Formats: sequence, structure tokens, C-alpha cells
Amino acid sequence: MKDAGGGLSRRGFAAAIAATALAGPRCLLGQHQPPLVVGFLYGGPKNDLGYNQAHFEGKRALLSLPYVKAIDQANVVETVAAEESMRDMIHEDGAQVIFATSYGYLDPYVLRVARESPRVQFFHCGGSYREGIDPANLGVYFGYIDEVEYLAGMTAGLATRSGLLGFVAAKPIPQVLRNINSYMLGARSVRPSAGMKVIFTGDWVLPLREAEAASSLADQGADVLTGHTGSPRVIVQVAERRGIWATGYQFDQSIVAPHGFLTGAEWSWGVVYKRYVELIHAGESVSAGTIPRRMSGTLKDEFCRLSPFGPAVTPEMRDRVLAAKRELLAGQRAIYRGPLRDNRGREAIPAGKTIAVQDPVLDGMDWLLEGIQGDVAKV
Amino acid sequence: MTTSLTRALVQGRNSLESIAIPVLAFAVSMVLFGGFCTLWGAPFWAVFGSIYRAGFGSWYAWQNSLVHAAPLMLCGLCTALPIRAGLITVGNEGAFVIGGLGAAAAGLATQAASPWVSLCCMAAAGIAAGGAWIAMAAGLQYFRGVNAVISSLLLNYIALAVMLQLVEGPMRDPQSLNFPASYAITQSHQLGRLYHSRIHLGLAFGVMAAVLSWVLIERTVWGMKVKIVGGNSRAADLVGLNSGWLILAAAFLGGGCAGLAGMVEVAAVQGRASHAIAAGYGYVGILVAFLARQSPLRIVVVAVILGAMLASGGALERDLDLPDASIAAFEGITFLVILASESLYGRIPWLHGMFRGMPQGNK
Repeated sequence: MKDAGGGLSRRGFAAAIAATALAGPRCLLGQHQPPLVVGFLYGGPKNDLGYNQAHFEGKRALLSLPYVKAIDQANVVETVAAEESMRDMIHEDGAQVIFATSYGYLDPYVLRVARESPRVQFFHCGGSYREGIDPANLGVYFGYIDEVEYLAGMTAGLATRSGLLGFVAAKPIPQVLRNINSYMLGARSVRPSAGMKVIFTGDWVLPLREAEAASSLADQGADVLTGHTGSPRVIVQVAERRGIWATGYQFDQSIVAPHGFLTGAEWSWGVVYKRYVELIHAGESVSAGTIPRRMSGTLKDEFCRLSPFGPAVTPEMRDRVLAAKRELLAGQRAIYRGPLRDNRGREAIPAGKTIAVQDPVLDGMDWLLEGIQGDVAKV
Repeated sequence: MTTSLTRALVQGRNSLESIAIPVLAFAVSMVLFGGFCTLWGAPFWAVFGSIYRAGFGSWYAWQNSLVHAAPLMLCGLCTALPIRAGLITVGNEGAFVIGGLGAAAAGLATQAASPWVSLCCMAAAGIAAGGAWIAMAAGLQYFRGVNAVISSLLLNYIALAVMLQLVEGPMRDPQSLNFPASYAITQSHQLGRLYHSRIHLGLAFGVMAAVLSWVLIERTVWGMKVKIVGGNSRAADLVGLNSGWLILAAAFLGGGCAGLAGMVEVAAVQGRASHAIAAGYGYVGILVAFLARQSPLRIVVVAVILGAMLASGGALERDLDLPDASIAAFEGITFLVILASESLYGRIPWLHGMFRGMPQGNK
């Protein structure tokens, strides 16, 4: 398996034979080459206008590859149900690749099935791989969306009249705090006096509480709302109903706010899934080390993108945001650049220090930027 | 429920129509479900192709179906046994959940004991908890006149609430962050599997419980007494039978079966108690009992067929892009058709007449 030269085609051949045997009647459909069967599991519905739909759209991007047959199951809870879905995909549909998109699938469910089926490659979104402990046929992937949040925040900063932004967040974990802070930094880059209020709801999918939080932020004078939850759909909806602006997250939510939707930070998993599948089609594998154990990317790698601008964004605002985007892509602009203080008065990033978004130190973020009203310790 | 329906159910007519009508009803439901899926854009015949492939198409599929069939057999008995004593209950899901919760508590309390002792404690706790749950509904009806259909249905929600309260509170494993669950039962104390397959011992429990129930109802004096109570409890009292205790006992046995199914779910499938054990096996169990016309032996066959249907839910989604809740729609359709088909008994002359010589119930 270590030999990368002739071994690849042999492995490809073996996989093709296995697929033929497993796929069974599917071969009667007249396809000479059995398809590469790829299975997706989502923790929620495919039409949540959020995290799950972003992955579902990523799966749909594989439609453009003729040699792939992508299958999926939605609303798979993080219990043995996830294990059963993966086994069904492997044993009944002949899946050779599994993308497990929900965080809680990894331990122990993906780990268990991956050990059972060493010939199948598993990729988990957002998890971490423990060298020497976890099975070799497992890879993890995630993206750094800070820069896109920064650009969305910048749009919000250009749009706001009251100078107060509202952010509804699920949990005060590093990934969420990074988004809140980069959004704020983006807003402040164009409106230094901008302030922000954050409300934590406590969980990823709590539409009622999100709606209450969004309403409360609007009552307190925020005129641009955004959020980091499973789907900020209701937050964007509340903003639209209140006649204020909103920016989205995870997926394009413009459909629920045709007037007030400014833009948003959304994932483009299709890029990631296509990259994986093309590699696997070429005979590469994570077990053999020819696919990176950890695949991650930024705005530049097209792991994430800015949602199309809404009608409230003027051409001047658009130009400023797109100019900033070009600077970010060219490396002329950095998000996390000291001196930055947190909202408890402590120094977060010292003067003269710039931290790249890929820097692992950011994965330990436990602070909110100065000027943000919200408490990390309180949910 | 009307009394004639109760009587018809109680007597478990042993005629061609008691097989023909459920089969017909099931076939009609399948066709309606196929039509429903066609509305969602799936080709009519492909729906059945997928169900067959995922239910019976391979040894793997068979194992899946049998794994799903095991709890359905036990939950079917939860409706079928009390009905023989004239008590219609739909508390299967509650008994299942409470049984699973009891089993998890017993299992966690006996982690230090040997696996066998621990598993016996879990089974006993599951049976006792589930049995007591349905006996409670029976007692409410017999002693207080509360309709058991309604009370047992409501008890389902109470069972779920009790389980969630404990699983999110005192029994919670602090490591179960996103999905609150109890502490896990050690692997060595979990229920084993049959001959290197994925099928767990729950299937053996289900078949044994069905056979024992049949023997008990059809071949013992006690079963005869229960049927007399089910036929007419006042008449039973007049001939000196203690109908109250017989009803409670039948309800306890039925609930015990569902409780045992809950124990199997905890001890063999989930390994812990959580919201995940309330997966709806109890509700499908009601359907199993009605399709089998309350016959314990037919329950085994019907449970395998419906087990295959449940197992194919994911395949419908993967093959045909149907919504993940399609199988729930199928269950609902079948429920309605089965209830509607109750009105056909004794109304189809050629089915009815063919067995003119046999007792035809109370028509």
C-alpha cells in the first residue's frame, strides 16, 4: 500500500472489483464503469438554509462528476443511528467514501465503522485526528471562514445607521467566538465606533430562542443582525420583519429577506467534496497517505465565500468590500492584528503581532473583542 | 372504540377473513404508499424495489430487518395480550421507554456484578417497569373507569418525560454534550449477538415471548379465563372469575414484553438510555398487533415484514431521494387502512360464506 507507483492502479482495480460485487444489480443499468459511490450523513434536514443545506449543496456539486454516485441521509442523529446509516451505505449501496458532516458522529460512531471497514475512506467535518489512536482510513476537513465573516461584518458596518450590530450565537466555543470577533473587526475597519451585542442561546438549533434573541437585539437598537447557529434563518427573518438589515451564515439566506439581506458568510463544501472525490477517483487514499489527513482551507482556497449582495448594498459599499476582499486574498490585509483588547480589558493580541487565520492558537480563542457586549462565561 | 370492534378484536376470529383482510389492507397500504412516493417524484415500482433490496435483498439486509423485527414482536405483544382480556392499550411506546430506562438503571447499578447477573437484573427491571406501566393503565380502567386507550396513550408522553428528566439530570453522562444520555453500560455487560451476525439476542426473546404467549392464551386454563373475561367481564365475574386480577395480569405481561424490548434496545443496540430509544418501535408495535389480528404467532411474521419496512427507510432516501420521514407516512397510511378494514369483517360474502360451518363470532 505504501508503493505509490504501480500500487495506485492496482488499488483502483481492486476497488472497482469490490464495487462491482457490492453494487450488484446497479451494474445492469448498462454502465461499463461502476460508479464511485459516496455517502453523506447530515445531522439535520437538507433544507435548513444552514449548516446541513450547505453540505447538501456540496453533495449536489458532485453531480457534475459523471463517475460519482452520491447518496445521502438527512436527520441522522448522533447515536448508533449514524453507525447504522454508514453501514447501510457501505454494505447495501457499496459506498467507498463516507462524509460524516455532523460533529458528534466522530467519536465513537465513525471511529467504530471505520475500523470495521478499512477499505472504505471516511472523512469527518470539524473533528480532530489523533495520530496513532484513530484508524488510518479516516481524514478530517474544515474551513477557516474568519475572512468572510470579516467582509460580512464590513458590509454591516457600512450599512448600519445606529452603529450597533446584533449577533445571536449558539455557544461560546472558539469557533463561534472567532466568527463574532472577525465580524466585529470587519465592521470596525470601516466604522471604528461600531458596537455589538451578543446573545448566546445555548444550542445549535433553537429557533424560538433565536427569534427571541433577535427581537431583543432589535429592541435594543441593533439595526444589523447576524448569527452563528445551525441556521440563522430565523434571525434573518426577524430582521426582515423588523425592517432592519441582516447578514447570513452557513448558507445563502437571502430568500427569507429579499429587502434587508446584505450578504453573508457561507460554506462552499462542493469545492472540498469535488477535490476529495477527484483525488479518490485518481486512486489516492487517506490510508496510503496520498490524501492529506487534514484538509482545510480559507477564502483563498474557496472553502467559503461571500453570499451575493442584497439590494440594500450600494455600488460604493460593494466596491469597498470587494477591494478589501482583494487585499485579503493578496495578503495585504490581516484580520487579527494587534494591538487588540478583549471586553474585560485584557490584552488579546499584543501590538505588532499578526495572527494568520490558519494559526492553531486561534482555536483556543476564549475572548470577545473590546466593544462587544456579551459574556463568554455566561450562556 | 365501539364495543363490536372490541368484541371482534377480543375473539381473534380464526377464519380466512382474519388473514385475508389484513393482507388485503396491507396490500392497499403499499399501493397507496407507492402512489404517495410517486407524488414525490419516485418511480412507482422503484419504491418496492428499494424496499425489497433493503429489507430482504441480501444477508446484510435480512439481518437489518430481523434486528428491527425483534422489538416489534415484543411491542406487538404489548397490545395483543391485554386485548385478549378486553383491554385495548396503545401504551407500547411508554412501556418500551420505561422498560429501557429501568433496564439502564439496573444495568448501571450492577456494573460490578458479573455480566450474566447484570443482564438478568436488566431484563427483570425492564419487564417489571414496562409491565407496571401498562398494568397502571389497566388498573385505571378497571378500578376507576378511565378509558385505557386514552390513559395509555397519555402515559407514553409521561414515560418519555420521566426518561428525559432522568437522562438529562441525575443519570446524565457529563460527556454526552450534544445528545444527553445516561452513562454507558460496559461493553462486556451488553447483550450478545447470534452466531457472529449483527442480530442480537432480542430476536430470540421476541420469538420466545410470542410462542409462550400463544401457549398461555390458547393452551392453558389461565388463557381460557382471560378470554372469558375479554368476552364479557361481568359474565366472568358471575362464574366466579376474578376479572380485575386477570386483566391486570394480562396487561402486566403485555407491558412486560414492551419493557423487555426497551431493555434489549438499551442492552444490545444503544448501550445507554437516551432520547434515541424512543424511536417509535412501540407505535409500530400497535400496527403489528392489528395486522396480526392479535395472534401471537402471526405477530412474528408481521414483525419481520414491518421490520423490513423500517430497515428500508434509509434506502428509500438514498435510492430515490424521498424524504427521510417517508416510512412514517407509510406507517400512518397502514394504520388508517387497517382501521378502515375493520368494517369489512363479515361483509364480504364469499370470504364469509366459505367457512359457513365455522364459528364466525357474534354476527
